[in-house]
This record gives sequence, structure tokens and C-alpha cells, in this order.
Amino acid sequence: MLRLASLALLIALWFLGARLAGEGMLPAPQTVAAALLDEALSGQLFLQLGATLARVFLAFMLAMTLGAAIGLAMGRLPVVDRLGDPWLVVLLNLPALVIIVLAYVWGGLTEIAAILAVAVNKLPNAIVTIREGARSLDPGLDEMARVFALPRWKALRHVIAPQLAPYTAAAARSGLSLVWKIVLIVELLGRPNGVGFEIGVAFQLFDVTRILAYALAFVAVMLAIEILLVQPFERRASRWRLKPA
Amino acid sequence: MNDAHPVGDSSLLEVHVARKQYGTAAGARLEVLHDVAFSLRAGEVGAVVGPSGCGKTTMLRIIAGLDRDYLGTVRGPACGRIGMVFQEPRLLPWRTAEENVRLVAPRADARDLAALFDVLELSAHRAQYPGELSLGQARRVALARAFAVEPELLLLDEPFVSLDDALAARLRDELVTLVDRRSVGTLMVTHDLDEALGLADRLLLLSPRPARILADIPIRAPRRVRTVGELASIKAEVATWLAGAGP
Repeated sequence: MLRLASLALLIALWFLGARLAGEGMLPAPQTVAAALLDEALSGQLFLQLGATLARVFLAFMLAMTLGAAIGLAMGRLPVVDRLGDPWLVVLLNLPALVIIVLAYVWGGLTEIAAILAVAVNKLPNAIVTIREGARSLDPGLDEMARVFALPRWKALRHVIAPQLAPYTAAAARSGLSLVWKIVLIVELLGRPNGVGFEIGVAFQLFDVTRILAYALAFVAVMLAIEILLVQPFERRASRWRLKPA
Repeated sequence: MNDAHPVGDSSLLEVHVARKQYGTAAGARLEVLHDVAFSLRAGEVGAVVGPSGCGKTTMLRIIAGLDRDYLGTVRGPACGRIGMVFQEPRLLPWRTAEENVRLVAPRADARDLAALFDVLELSAHRAQYPGELSLGQARRVALARAFAVEPELLLLDEPFVSLDDALAARLRDELVTLVDRRSVGTLMVTHDLDEALGLADRLLLLSPRPARILADIPIRAPRRVRTVGELASIKAEVATWLAGAGP
């Protein structure tokens, strides 16, 4: 209830701001809504959202899979940790823009270069989070799995992965928002479609209405993913915890 | 270093640890086990008794294959199925009691499992998560897990420590029932002589660190019919050994 009231306040402020700043600088909520409806009816909105979403999905999965594997190895094996740590520091401190530009220079303005650039941007963040989780794994449960000769994949799935679940969820949550923001830059710089491309075009025309329409549409999509995918995953992963009475 | 010998006799477990050392934080070498050698036959219940901190758990970990950094040889059961109960229950908190057991024993028969839960009075708790169980219940789930794999060798590391006496006594009874029924070779580690006397066919008395075997004392009377007199005489024997004299 409080959330809804807070949201209503935001829209009211927006409305007020539009009155003060004028339509050119900040279009009113209803203008943006009308533009959104237009784009939706023409089918353009879903095409561009779909293109961006596909890139977000691929880059996210790539970064999370690689990040989990590398983070787990670094957290469990001191040798790998020492070997990988300098690379990680370099990667953590490379600006997103540098990675994107280099990827396009080396890989051409291709889909693969775009997705790799986004994944590499997210990767160090995922590695650091999962590594933290891997360092805090319970050695007692490891020994239990060894004594009872659990097959490797079973131990990974039932002993290790559940211990990493909070870290995975944290990496996923911060990762999703990071990835979609970087995908927009990648699209702006070198893709012929997607929300980022549309915003680039709107920017050249100073079409603030269109910029807001696309940005809000995508925020709505990400919110839906958070509510429909991330939160149920967290609930499922923590269902064994005692609920406060 | 830890080579396996071909099976030559009827013993289930043959242990010979010439030496086990730990490096301390200060850089010194701390000798924990020195010339510990014994064997265990199939179906036999051995109890390793010794003062706290003498290296009992270290020895059990070596036998379980969790610690390979020692000098000597350990030959375990031929096909290697080991059930172990650690000092702490070590259950997976995200799996229910039954799921914890089934994870390590996926091929266990549903009826055998039900019987096992029944003996350990866990039938009502099968669907509960470890966080919802008391320590005693969690210990029993850990026991159920160790038995569910139908082990050739059962290793118990102070399985009843920090339980109240009545509960520990009941669990001991349940354990006797299970061990007798399955006739599984068992090695338990305890600092509690009464516990050892109630369960074992044989006492292995360890010295303070570096631990070696002081005495290997058989208990001939069957577990259910031990008289106070017999137990008292064994206790007296143990006491003389611990006093450093030996009979």
C-alpha cells in the first residue's frame, strides 16, 4: 500500500515537473503513455524489447555460468585463486566502455562481439560474489559427501549449490540490472536494433518522449523478471529456513 | 605410502598408522598418533576409548579416508561402503530428514527405510527440515543415514556427546538393535567408558598424545546380558591401565 502511494507520488512529481519544464524537456506522463501505446500497436516496441531481452538473457547466462565456475574454482583452490586474482583486478577495473569498444574493434560490429562484451563486463562481479560464497562453504558437509562417496555432480548439485544459493541470487540480482544497462550501450554503439538503438535515434532527434517510453517499458520488463523469476527462486532456495513465528 | 594389501584374512579393517603429525601454528611438528595398529573383524564392535584430545577423531578420519597425510597403511572394507556419524549431525539443512538419508542411499528400499526410521523413532519427523529438529533427533537422522547405505563398516565419532543421559541411553539401545540386526563392523570413538561398555565387543584403550594403543580388552559377554560385576571388573582393568601400571 505504502509502495503504491510512493509510486503515485513519483508520478505526481513527474506531472508537476512536466508543467514547469515544458513538454520539450520533460513530456507529461500521459504523453509518454500515448507514445508507448503507439509503439506497441505498431509492433515496434515488442520487436526492440525482444532484441534487447535476448541479448540480456544470453550475456547474463554466459556471465553467470562462467562466473560461477571460475568463482567456485577460485574459492576452493588457493592456487587458482592466486593465479586468477591479478586478472580479476584488471577486469574489475576496466571501464565498460573500453571493453565494448575493444570488442567491436576486434570482433567487428557483430552480435557475438556485442554479447561477449556485455558478459565480460558482468563476469568479474559474478566471480567475486561466488568466490566469497565458495570460501564460506562448510568443510564438514564436504567431508560428509566424501565419506558417503557422493558422486561429484550430486555433491555439486545437492551439497555445494544450495550453500551458494544466497550468493547466486545476489550476483543475479545485481547482475541483471548491470547487464541490461550495458546492453543498451552496446546497442547504441553498434547494433541496428534494440532499446539502446531506439534511444540513440531518439537522442539524435531530441525526442525525450520516445526515450522515456522505451526506458520505462524496459524497466517494467526487468521488474517483471525480478518478481516472476528472481524472487520465486530465492523463496524456493530458502524454504528450509525457519520462518519467524 | 597408503598402499592397499590384498585381502588375506577375515578382518574387515586393518589399521597401522606408524605416525601422524600436525604442523602447529608456531611451526613445530606435533605428533598425534604413534604406532597405532589393530584390526577389526566383520560384525565386531570396537570402541576406542581415550582421554579428550588424544587423537581419536584424527584416527577415525584417517580410517574414513578424509586424512591421507600420515605414515602407515589402512586397509578398509573390500567394496568400501562406509557409514559414518560425525560428532555433529552434519545434515544438509535444505533437505528434509528423509531426503538427507535418501541422498546418500538412493537405492535404499522404501520398506527398509521405513523400518529404519521406525527403530530410531523418526517416523513422525521424516518430512521435517534439520532446523526443525532437536539435536537428539538430528543425531538420530545422522544414524539413520549411516545405516541406510548398508555399510560394511560403521564409524561413530562420539555420536552421543552433549545429549542428556536418558536420551543417550535410549539412542545406545537403538544403536545396539541396529548393529545386532545388520551385523555390521563398527568402530566407535568415545571418551565415555560406560558408553563403550554398553556397546562394544572390544575396548581399544588409547594413551594420551601421542596416542598409542595401551590395551586391547575383549568383552566376552553378549551386549544384552552384561552383569554389573563383569563390567566393574573391566572398569577396574581399564583404571589400572590408565593409571599407567597395566595388569
